[in-house]
Amino acid sequence: MNIYLHEFKTRLSSVLIWSGSIAALIFVFLSMFQAFAADAAMVDDLMKAFPEELLIAFGMTDMDWSTILGFFGLLFTFAQICLAIQSANYGVGLVSVEETEWTADFLLSKPVSRTRIMTSKLLAAITSLAITQAVIWVCSFAFISIFRQGQTYQVKPVVLLLLSMIIFQLFFLTVGMLISLLVKRVRNVLPISMGLVFGLYILNAFGSMIGEKSLEILSPFQHFSPSYIIKHAAWDWSLVMISVAAIIISVVGSYVLYSRRNIPSAV
Amino acid sequence: MSIIEVNHLTKYYGKSRGIVDISFKVEEGEIFGFIGPNGAGKSTTIRLFLSLIYPTKGEAKIFGKDCIKFGPELRQEIGYLPSEVFYYEGMKVLDLLKYSASFFQKDCTKRMHELSDLMELDLKRRISDLSYGNKKKVGIVQGLLHQPKLIVLDEPTAGLDPLMQHKFFDLIREENKRGATVFFSSHILGEVQRLCNRVAIIKEGSIINIQDIKTLQKDNYKKVRVTADDLDEKRFKVKGVTDLEKENGSISFFYKGDINAITKLIGSRKISDLTIEDLTLEEIFMHYYE
Repeated sequence: MNIYLHEFKTRLSSVLIWSGSIAALIFVFLSMFQAFAADAAMVDDLMKAFPEELLIAFGMTDMDWSTILGFFGLLFTFAQICLAIQSANYGVGLVSVEETEWTADFLLSKPVSRTRIMTSKLLAAITSLAITQAVIWVCSFAFISIFRQGQTYQVKPVVLLLLSMIIFQLFFLTVGMLISLLVKRVRNVLPISMGLVFGLYILNAFGSMIGEKSLEILSPFQHFSPSYIIKHAAWDWSLVMISVAAIIISVVGSYVLYSRRNIPSAV
Repeated sequence: MSIIEVNHLTKYYGKSRGIVDISFKVEEGEIFGFIGPNGAGKSTTIRLFLSLIYPTKGEAKIFGKDCIKFGPELRQEIGYLPSEVFYYEGMKVLDLLKYSASFFQKDCTKRMHELSDLMELDLKRRISDLSYGNKKKVGIVQGLLHQPKLIVLDEPTAGLDPLMQHKFFDLIREENKRGATVFFSSHILGEVQRLCNRVAIIKEGSIINIQDIKTLQKDNYKKVRVTADDLDEKRFKVKGVTDLEKENGSISFFYKGDINAITKLIGSRKISDLTIEDLTLEEIFMHYYE
């Protein structure tokens, strides 16, 4: 419990900043919806102005931006990127921060097993991500109801989108953690987490653009594509299971690697 | 039962050597010195005790139990002070010490404050604002606040001013009297000589000698210096004499053997001055590393 609390407190300001920023993103986007809803023809023109490959690459086809649901789908693709970066940062830094800051000697020389350290840290990070998620749930429904311009909308796709965050966050948290344990020493968290997020994002965009399904399979941005979830009001379960499998492998792999890890010495 | 029992402990980092086939025992109540130059494997050995790293071969037992398998349980009774101290920069000293204490089953609050007072540590300051020496004091307090049965010190005095070093040594002696066993790694021979009962000398990953400090000094060489007019150093080229040197009318050499033989040899001539003394640990040490 002491490690959990310590970890949670250390990350609290970061959680508040991320949650606030994503809430602001949702607010700003949805406040612009008015302009889109008022003029469906303009939206059509706007869409046509973009090359189609670009729209496919960013997963923005099959989205009608003049409906509140379609517009929410658009903004959710951006929220996903933020969530991915936040989760990947926490994941990559989870245990590696002790080695980057050389505090591993302090923590691991205490009477506590590596498994317990890892579990405490993982639970603290999940709690942090859950807070961000809770903020997004509340903001999404609150701002939709404020800015929907009297439109009615299906609640199910929104709920499915928001629920997808759980697996989405866990994917980047655990894969980030695994990567941090596969390298000898993490010197800086950001290049690794950014590389992971944008690597997978570009992989998905590129895969969509050239119509290469095998590339999309690898990316959670495709597993939880907002345009698919809104269009079908369902998850693509076969792809979701790939994300779930990646999480399980990453968690098991991380525990195994961490319990065998030789902690580098500061001198 | 030995407090520490090391059997054929070996550690390679990939292909580079850490330590090779080390075996020794540390008994209860000892202050055991572990000396060697940088890179000899002192820290490697200590990090193996704390299962910060895992052995390639062999085992280390602490309180009779394998230090990997029973690591968390054993560390309840181990206090560790690393050579380089790093703590969570954003924390206040008091919060860090409390966090440290929260890992132990016993209540450490009283001892924590006693030690902080003794070390003149300001509990309200942030870790990031502390000088290296002050961080080292934090290290000493967090390493000893649970009154461990085994204290493991890895070059502990670096960064401490002489006054604090003195206090620190007194503290370690006190802990030792209380019943704690101390494993003291250092490359500063003077402090090992002052503090330790027994010493192991490690060179390039292997232990080359383990001895009582007193026997190490007594049973071995004597340093002899003779001053006299018209002295012929060739007279002293006898069995047991090494490092014979002549300067400014005096002759000095190391001698190992029957002390009567050498005094008889010296006494057969008229001399103006004579000193016979034990080698310092430094000189013994240099001898091993030649």
